[in-house]
Amino acid sequence: MEKKRFVPRSFLIEVLVLAGIFTLVQYLIVSGLLNEYYQINLSSMCINIILAVSLNLINGFTGQLSLGHAGFMAVGAYAAVVVTTIYSQPFILGLLAACLAAGLAGLIIGVPTLRLKGDYLAIATLGFGEIIRVILQNIDFIGGPAGILGIPRYSTWPWLFGLTIFTIVIIVNLINSSYGRAIISVREDEVASELMGINTTNYKVLAFVIGALFAGLAGALYAHYFYIIKPSTFNFLKSFDILVMVVLGGLGSTTGAVIAAIFVTMLTAALQTFPAIRMVLYAVTLVVVMVYRPQGLMGNKEWGRRTWGRIWGEKNEPLANK
Amino acid sequence: MLEFLQQLINGLSLGAIYALIALGYTMVYGIIMLINFAHGDIMMVGAYVGFFSIAVLGSNIFAALIFAMLSCAVLGVLIEKIAYKPLRNSSRIAALITAIGVSLFLEYFTLFLLTPQQRVFPEAAFPLHKYQIGGLLISNKDIFIFALAVILMIALQYIIKRTRTGKAMRAVSLDREAAILMGISVDRTISITFAIGSSLAAAAGVMIGIYYNTINPLMGIIPGLKAFVAAVLGGIGIIPGAMVGGFLMGILETMVSGYGSTLYRDAVAFGVLILILLVKPTGLFGKDTGEKV
Repeated sequence: MEKKRFVPRSFLIEVLVLAGIFTLVQYLIVSGLLNEYYQINLSSMCINIILAVSLNLINGFTGQLSLGHAGFMAVGAYAAVVVTTIYSQPFILGLLAACLAAGLAGLIIGVPTLRLKGDYLAIATLGFGEIIRVILQNIDFIGGPAGILGIPRYSTWPWLFGLTIFTIVIIVNLINSSYGRAIISVREDEVASELMGINTTNYKVLAFVIGALFAGLAGALYAHYFYIIKPSTFNFLKSFDILVMVVLGGLGSTTGAVIAAIFVTMLTAALQTFPAIRMVLYAVTLVVVMVYRPQGLMGNKEWGRRTWGRIWGEKNEPLANK
Repeated sequence: MLEFLQQLINGLSLGAIYALIALGYTMVYGIIMLINFAHGDIMMVGAYVGFFSIAVLGSNIFAALIFAMLSCAVLGVLIEKIAYKPLRNSSRIAALITAIGVSLFLEYFTLFLLTPQQRVFPEAAFPLHKYQIGGLLISNKDIFIFALAVILMIALQYIIKRTRTGKAMRAVSLDREAAILMGISVDRTISITFAIGSSLAAAAGVMIGIYYNTINPLMGIIPGLKAFVAAVLGGIGIIPGAMVGGFLMGILETMVSGYGSTLYRDAVAFGVLILILLVKPTGLFGKDTGEKV
């Protein structure tokens, strides 16, 4: 048997690949080879990945259908903007405020609503998402329905890329921990997992709060990239957008969510001039995927080291040796 | 007191519309346990069919109503056959996501076909008269909407309680397997349920056209959600519950607009929903049944 390395080689390869992508894009941006249009899409991609991966934690891994993700995004966006723009504090404080505020909103909404199941939960979260929007619309301090203009553009590529990777790492590690196993057991069979001594409500709330927290982070990044936020941006159609990504990628597959987020962003960019057709396509995709492949394109499979190993022809070690 | 009565009257016609939409939600939920998210958009299609038959074909309001109801009945059956039937045995999340997909499809396909522009419901189809009765202002719109809704509800109650089809619907919603064993065609019964529910929604759509005067492709979303709240309020799957819930929601909404702020009108509807779900998820008329493993 091979001696165990302190740092596994596959981990090093992953770090190198990510660093390579990062440096390449950073070089392209700095050298001006990547024009504004591509930069915007690249940034939307990162934000959408964070949103899709975090919603996937709630919808895919915990099996609790939430339709209020845009609401948490709004809370994060507004919290961050209040800190950075109105109180002119550094960006990092804004991000922290966004996570805290959205996580708190997730807790406040999650504790009562997660007692509900399936369809009722979906409608209740949809309702809360809309209530958040209506409340934001009625607060004059943050601009009411007109929103806030002139937000400084702090969301640079290093921030966007770094936080996207951060989100994915945290959520993947959470799923692979004992907490994650408990979360998945709630999805598989709530009654059975309760009988195994798992406090299902706790784990549901945990997943919900973490999902909301990252949605808030995405909201903060969004606000500091696009200069302007207004409550109507975060309506339930935005939640459906994120849902499309999660469903398309596969409920319960983080790689699926990432791929779908990239794909949907590109599709959106390609169909920018025909917004109605884009939504019709979304709708048809949702129905067709649900009818023919209800588990989503990736199901709950992940692309990872093992898949790449198979492609490179590496021998598959049995899991027990890892 | 007079103002309160006036608000009550305004609320009754709005409530009648919500009740008609809520009936469709409740019937479909009762029979296949699915929240038909597209229901509000079927209502929107009904409003457009009504609009075009008045504006283009020049028919009167009753012909438009019947035309809208028939075409939406067909639309409802088609949606059920194409989108929901293949998912009858899959998870409820899958069915719910499909329903969201159908809803988006109806909204944006209409938007694509007819542009997002608002259309004004032809005034000539329904000339407005206002009557002053004991200090209260009542328009013929309110009377028409309320009376028509009540007639439709009575008709529905008759179909469900007195006809063989209605009996089959009740049987399927009670126990699908047993209904099959008794020789009831479940597919046919589900189709009829969708047809009836969708035609009620179409009638509500034409009424909304008369009530608000304007229609647009996204008009179905908010009334649809509010009607859903009404259905949950009354106890989803229970037909009298949907009627009462619809009227309560309509009255509540006009009261909030009248005494409070119109800005919070939509938030109140969702607030009611969350309150009901937390306090008595089975609704006002629902019975508690324990969870079976």
